[in-house]
Amino acid sequence: MQRWPVLLFLAWVCFLFFAGIGLFMSGFLLTRIELASSSSCSDPLVPPPWERQSLPPGSCWAPQRFSKAVLVIIDALRFEFARFNPAKASPLPYENKLSFLHHLATSQPRHARLYRFRADPPTATMQRIKGLTTGSLPTSIDVGSNFATYAIQEDNLLAQLVQNGRRVVFMGDDTWEGLFPKKFFRSYFFPSFNVKDLHTVDDGILQHLYPTVDSGEWDVLIAHFLGVDHCGHKHGPDHPEMAKKLTQMNEMLRSLVDHLGNDTLLLVAGDHGMTETGDHGGDSEKEVNAALFVYSKTPLFGTGPPEEPEAVPQVNLVPTVALLLGVPIPYSNIGEVMAELFSGDGDAVSAALQQLSVYHINAKQVDRFLHSYSLVAQDLPAEQLQRLQELFSGAVEEHTQLLAQVQGAALVPPELESRLGSLISRFQQYLREARAVCTQSWARFHPLRMVGGCILIAASCLLCYMASELATASDSFYRSCLLYPLLWGLLVAGLLGLAHVFTQEGLDLLLVSSWAAAASQLGFFWHWWGQHPKRAPLVMLLVGKLHWDGRLTVPEGPKQQLLGFSSYRREIWYLLCLVAMLLVCVRLSGFFHQCREEIPQCRPSLFLSPLASLRNARAKNLFYLLCVALLAGLVYAVRSWLRHYGNLNSSDPLVLFVRWGFPLVVLCIACYWAVASSADDSLGKLQELVQVAVVAFPWAVYGLASMGLLLLLCNPMTVFAKDTRESAGSIVTPYLGVPSSEVDFLHVIPQIYKRMQESQKSRLERGSCKATVAAYGLGSVYSAALIIALTLLGFLLMLLHSERLSLAFLLLFLEAFVLLHIHTRARGLAGDAEPFSVPWYAVISWLLAASQFFYSTGHQPIFPAIHWNAAFVGFHLDHSTNLLPAVLVGANTFASHILFAVGCPLLLLWPFVCEMPSSQKRKPKKEPREELQEVEEHMMEMRLRESPEKFSTALLQLGLKYLFVLGTQLLACVCAAMILRRHLMVWKVFAPKFLFESLGFVVSSICLLLGISLVMRVDCAVSTWFSHLQLR
Amino acid sequence: MKEAEIRRLFAANLLCFFSVILTAVLPGFVWDTFTVLGTHLTWLCICSVCVSTLNIILHVVLKPNLTPKRSSFAHKISRFLKCCIYFFMSCILFHAIIVLYGAPLIESVTETFLFAVLLSTFTTLQCLCILGPNVQAWIRVFSKNGATSIWESSLRITTMCSILGAWFGAFPIPLDWDRPWQVWPISCSLGATFGYMAGLIIAPLWIHWNRKQLTYKSR
Repeated sequence: MQRWPVLLFLAWVCFLFFAGIGLFMSGFLLTRIELASSSSCSDPLVPPPWERQSLPPGSCWAPQRFSKAVLVIIDALRFEFARFNPAKASPLPYENKLSFLHHLATSQPRHARLYRFRADPPTATMQRIKGLTTGSLPTSIDVGSNFATYAIQEDNLLAQLVQNGRRVVFMGDDTWEGLFPKKFFRSYFFPSFNVKDLHTVDDGILQHLYPTVDSGEWDVLIAHFLGVDHCGHKHGPDHPEMAKKLTQMNEMLRSLVDHLGNDTLLLVAGDHGMTETGDHGGDSEKEVNAALFVYSKTPLFGTGPPEEPEAVPQVNLVPTVALLLGVPIPYSNIGEVMAELFSGDGDAVSAALQQLSVYHINAKQVDRFLHSYSLVAQDLPAEQLQRLQELFSGAVEEHTQLLAQVQGAALVPPELESRLGSLISRFQQYLREARAVCTQSWARFHPLRMVGGCILIAASCLLCYMASELATASDSFYRSCLLYPLLWGLLVAGLLGLAHVFTQEGLDLLLVSSWAAAASQLGFFWHWWGQHPKRAPLVMLLVGKLHWDGRLTVPEGPKQQLLGFSSYRREIWYLLCLVAMLLVCVRLSGFFHQCREEIPQCRPSLFLSPLASLRNARAKNLFYLLCVALLAGLVYAVRSWLRHYGNLNSSDPLVLFVRWGFPLVVLCIACYWAVASSADDSLGKLQELVQVAVVAFPWAVYGLASMGLLLLLCNPMTVFAKDTRESAGSIVTPYLGVPSSEVDFLHVIPQIYKRMQESQKSRLERGSCKATVAAYGLGSVYSAALIIALTLLGFLLMLLHSERLSLAFLLLFLEAFVLLHIHTRARGLAGDAEPFSVPWYAVISWLLAASQFFYSTGHQPIFPAIHWNAAFVGFHLDHSTNLLPAVLVGANTFASHILFAVGCPLLLLWPFVCEMPSSQKRKPKKEPREELQEVEEHMMEMRLRESPEKFSTALLQLGLKYLFVLGTQLLACVCAAMILRRHLMVWKVFAPKFLFESLGFVVSSICLLLGISLVMRVDCAVSTWFSHLQLR
Repeated sequence: MKEAEIRRLFAANLLCFFSVILTAVLPGFVWDTFTVLGTHLTWLCICSVCVSTLNIILHVVLKPNLTPKRSSFAHKISRFLKCCIYFFMSCILFHAIIVLYGAPLIESVTETFLFAVLLSTFTTLQCLCILGPNVQAWIRVFSKNGATSIWESSLRITTMCSILGAWFGAFPIPLDWDRPWQVWPISCSLGATFGYMAGLIIAPLWIHWNRKQLTYKSR
């Protein structure tokens, strides 16, 4: 059997797809160019001289109004959390909890005000921190880098503060550490990643907050509280825990205000909101609607608050804070100053003049940014820039005229006021339009790369299809279809590498690999064409083949006799029952769906939330028992399947593991669920024990499962050989593994008879007594290994999901089983002559089931629906690397892809396992020596071993078909993303779908390779087993 | 003989076709508020009743199948009762299948059931009329090369078309077009009806074109 060529072929095809995906992705995912320049005090856009003289020391572009500022960021502080409505009689857990803010706003209307703080999507914390400090819009798709927060390279508020000698003290979320390394005068970081931990960050901040404030060794203090966000993730907003958390924040604010001095500005902001389920990341109304509260002990506002709180874009905070503290506005800011904070306590005219000057500075800064940005990048449309330029120069001209008139005292107040007002609104209009232009067009695609990636993927699909039709085990096939194309690709890659060496340019690995992929594809098609020059044109071939596939009538094989009418009818009924079961499975799996935010009336399945969030103790216990029972049932089913095929008899370590390790794994999972779902505060003193158990049990499962997989790799044979060559008289009862059931005894008697007959016959022939080797479970050795591997993987993946999703996993296994049986029965009915090729419909239905269970395990192709909790199964604190949590979350997300891809070879094996003997004798046994001539022998999977060439070809074909169908799905997503790249919903629907689909493709193809190599490993083991047997 | 029979089939099918159209148009003259989309359930009832009545009348008039040997009154009655039971069972079965295909289980049970009745009218009732309550014959007709007369071929085509139409009718339901006809079960029942009508037209034409190849075995 050719093992390596098959694996190499599949790996090469996977590489072709990966190159296509990479090329497309590099052209599709948006990048915004980050400018390296930064503002400084001595910049030429300084205010006019008459104002400059009055600048107090320590002020840069505008007079400093506050020498100190405290920025309290409460993560996920939705506007509704901060709003206080005294008329509300029965507030929800998150309503009316921040009463102190309301108290301040009503008792001191000119000191305090509440705003709606509009966050820009994506509403992930890292992007929001970037936006809140640079005043710019982080591009949509680097949400994924949330794990690895890289330092901000652009000019930002903190850099400006540090540059101007302010002492910045930070406490809270350690995301800031990665974003602003070594910027803080003093810092207290706390791990942010564990969303189940509500208190570590907040308690840590509270411990340091008041001593730091009292010590006075700071100019800007930032405190980032995470408790509210984590509470949302863990329990959702509508939970008593949230009320506790918000009350704590209220108390914190109350005592913080007592500690503040008169020269201090207090800002309380939420970086984003949260949905009804407590998630965030998208751009739904509830996620972008955060709260901002401004307060100082000196009067801030000229007028009282408006009736309805004003909505302020988040980037507006940056220029406002910068100018209030007297530092330059960060270079790439596109926010607009909040003018009412600059009105001061003078009369209306002086307030308007002050506002005008800050607007002027702001507009000049934005204009400078747009100008230098348009020099390095062409993505802002020229005509709109032109229009903005006109708006800006008009406003500036009028501004200088007006200032000259004011200095000449040529204007009287009423006219002056109206002209000031109109000028301010012109500046406002300019700033807002500039922001809109940037928002709209920070989407820069490389159409060429996108088309190239698309073509690569399409060509790979075609290649898969053709190769799966052509595949033979001959050497010439591998030479012309694998070796030569590979050489072509390597040649092109080498040439490109050399060219890069000579031109001294940076080597773009992606481009090189995609050129190599294209070259090797060309090589494949070229050799194919050269081999079959007289073939009909390609299109004809394809159409003809498809037509052939679509036909139902396949000539019956020579061995397969037609089924009689009664058995035909029975088969039909059996098939119908299976189809009905499949329908029931599909229908039931719909209960586990997560919701997309586009469907407001959709309610997420109640099975998705962890058991810990259930408040009804009885329901909790019931569900817990149900889940554990299901796990036990799964183990029982697998064990009885193995026992039925006699794979549970030997005393190999693997079999022992199946017998004893599986129940142990289930026990560990059950214990982990029990510990994890218990209420946090009900355990009292046992708390520490629980902390240990929450980590220990998952590790036990990881250890056991990896031990099982290792055992499987070392010795995948589950065969019990009973050598009767010495003691030939013993009676073999190899029908079932354990000779205890009645059926066995029914079989013993014919066997005794047969044995007597044989011995008579042999005596007559005067030959020696026939030596036989009864091998239990040899007929299903391949599928047994696969099934053990699948069960272990299933345990691991169930551990990563929330408890009640084990129901979905059970459905998954059931549906896969039903699909395999339908496939087998349908083949039996059709009388398929080609047992070694898996029909297309089977592959397609297998893949459709994989996509179906992606949704039915509570996932959706959108970022907020990712189950981040999975990264903390077995880890109590923060991770040291980003790889491990990425693997855990990825395994959680693509659980069904993994299971179905690893189980894919079962499609080939199952019909052999379920082979019905034509005679009544059913013996999963094989006598390798003399008895091969027994034609009616029940061979099962050993038929595959008989023709190793066909077996390897069949595996290759199956892999190629699987990749073809997967690739077609991917191609559809890629095309949708490419064609609809300017669609309103592209970042919400198509881009995430494409990302999930391509990641799923990568995961599936790797798992497919693993599954096929597992089968080959078993084949190796079977070969050595046979050779040992022959030697004995 | 054969041409004449195809013509008879075509006439019968045309009659059915126009009766479906009339069920959509005629009630509008009687009730002002009647529209197919607005009062869909009413239309479902009217359409089912009209099509089934017409089919039974046609069956009685044309007698496409040979009369059974025993034709005593009691036998006829028992056959009729059996047909009724079969029809009812098929409604229940269709209901279950539709639910398995994703129709809501608890809400809008009436809609789902009426849709099941419509589907049964288009499929099971025809079978009952032409083949009688004889499951063996049904299996024969719907298996490969099992049709023994043009009536049975036509039955096969219309049944397939109605079921396929209903299936395709479910496609627009999840789209976000916000049209009134995307409400369950309107698009499905319209799809089934259009499929049925298409089948009625296609069947005689297909039989006409393939009349050379169609050599029916005599029973």
